[in-house]
Amino acid sequence: MIRLEGIKKTFETKDGPLEVLKGVDLTIRDGEIYGIIGFSGAGKSTLIRTVNLLERPTEGKVFLDDICLTDLSPKVLRKERRRIGMIFQQFQLFPSRTVFENVAFPLRYTGRTKAEITDKVEKLLELVDLSDKKGAYPSELSGGQKQRVAIARALTTDPEVLLSDEATSALDPQTTKSVLKLLKRINTELGVTIILVTHEMDVIKEICDRVGVMEKGEIVEEGDVFSIFSNPQADITKNFVESTMNLSVINDLIAAESPLVELSPGECILRLRYLEKTTSEPLVSDLSRKYGIVINILFANVEIIRDHPVGGLVALVGGPAEQIGRAIQHLKSIGVGVEVIRDNEVLSANCA
Amino acid sequence: MKFFQQIAPNVAAKADVFGKAIVETLLMAAWAGVFVILFGLILGIILVITGDKGIRPNKVIYQVLDKIINLFRSIPFVILLAGLMPLSRLIMGTAIGLKGAIVPLVIGAIPFYSRQVESALSQVDRGQVEAAEAFGVSAPGIIFRVYLKESIAPLARGTTIAIISLFGLIAMAGAVGAGGLGDFAIRYGHDRNQTDATLVTVLVLVIMVSIIQIIGNTVAKKNTH
Repeated sequence: MIRLEGIKKTFETKDGPLEVLKGVDLTIRDGEIYGIIGFSGAGKSTLIRTVNLLERPTEGKVFLDDICLTDLSPKVLRKERRRIGMIFQQFQLFPSRTVFENVAFPLRYTGRTKAEITDKVEKLLELVDLSDKKGAYPSELSGGQKQRVAIARALTTDPEVLLSDEATSALDPQTTKSVLKLLKRINTELGVTIILVTHEMDVIKEICDRVGVMEKGEIVEEGDVFSIFSNPQADITKNFVESTMNLSVINDLIAAESPLVELSPGECILRLRYLEKTTSEPLVSDLSRKYGIVINILFANVEIIRDHPVGGLVALVGGPAEQIGRAIQHLKSIGVGVEVIRDNEVLSANCA
Repeated sequence: MKFFQQIAPNVAAKADVFGKAIVETLLMAAWAGVFVILFGLILGIILVITGDKGIRPNKVIYQVLDKIINLFRSIPFVILLAGLMPLSRLIMGTAIGLKGAIVPLVIGAIPFYSRQVESALSQVDRGQVEAAEAFGVSAPGIIFRVYLKESIAPLARGTTIAIISLFGLIAMAGAVGAGGLGDFAIRYGHDRNQTDATLVTVLVLVIMVSIIQIIGNTVAKKNTH
């Protein structure tokens, strides 16, 4: 378990002190994948770097299980750091060393025999599927391969926690997916707790169990990934969710006065969202059958997160006003969020 | 040999003196080189680790060292040669001849070489240093296993430049009594107007410099991946 208590960090800059972290409290449970998301400058990289004290907080404490890392002497801290692996956006492999030597790096001079090191390194290279590259130099590898070497290197000391600082941000979407898959496997197969920092909601969606949203040096919202996606509270969180769900495209269409969203009298545009972990039922056909209304889907986006659908659809709905009203009541009762985007003399009457 | 006597009669006549001069130059280069590299590396490392991006930032140590190096780099070598005589006598027991030249040579070349080391080590990505820190590597471990190991190529290039410039200093030291090729060229080539002595001396120096440059390039190339 990792516990951060009241972490503050102030950097001295030419323009005076800059408070990057403003008192962050965070608990990361054993075995989970915890994502920290935020825009650049939010302080998320600084935050993850305080976990292994690459960045020493100005104030606050960092606990690894019951050990207070911030109180340790440099010597003991170095030893405890071997329980926390780390990977970086720019990989940070040692260019003058081969893949094998890079992975072996953290184990050298730790009292292990050559045979033990070789054995460990070969197992890890197998895990990251790079056994055939062990004699290659980093400059001969692709970005994804470099990151996989970095992951193997971070795992040589059998850490309980792996810190990932924007590890996929320099990779293309395809490679990002494969690296995320590898991280997920390390999490489930080796039981390594993972803390990752990213600015991409897709990364959170793909592998995280819980997520903390950072803004201006604070965690503004935290929760399991499903509820953050289905029901974001803070503005910045909504922003992030929309960036990946694109149900907000409707706003652009309306602003552009697209003919797609022009309404005849008696029509309205609704945005429906899955809020609870319901299995996806035949929503649209159910509604039109039961209530005799016409539903024309403008667009929809449903993602499966932790085995449950998240997302929703934007639809143009027409029919008798009172029937539309009932349909909306029904939707709300089964845990679907309903938002009226545009209305032409339908709901102004009965559902304001 | 006959051919040599024809094109460089004065050098051929003084072959033993010339041979001795070569040996003296090489001896000075070897002795001074060893100490320059040793102390230059130490100072360069201190500059890098106490610098504001180093692993042990220390403004006082960095600034003091930085200024001392600048100071010594500004002093013309001829003045060092004379000014360091008392120190030479103290350390080497004499201030003249080959032995007397070692101290000013070392002190004259260290500032330049430590700057070369500083610039070579500064090319190591700070992120790699941090990665090593994250794996629990100690400060000496980071110096040897990251800073030095990862900058062998630029260090080889910097060392090559420094040793070649050391040969320039050695020639100057020779001119004020330390012997060596510089002394030979001045005494015979210049003072007695034996142009062939100057030319042959230059030729030998060109060969020495080329060999050093080739070694440096080879080491740098082998360590670039």
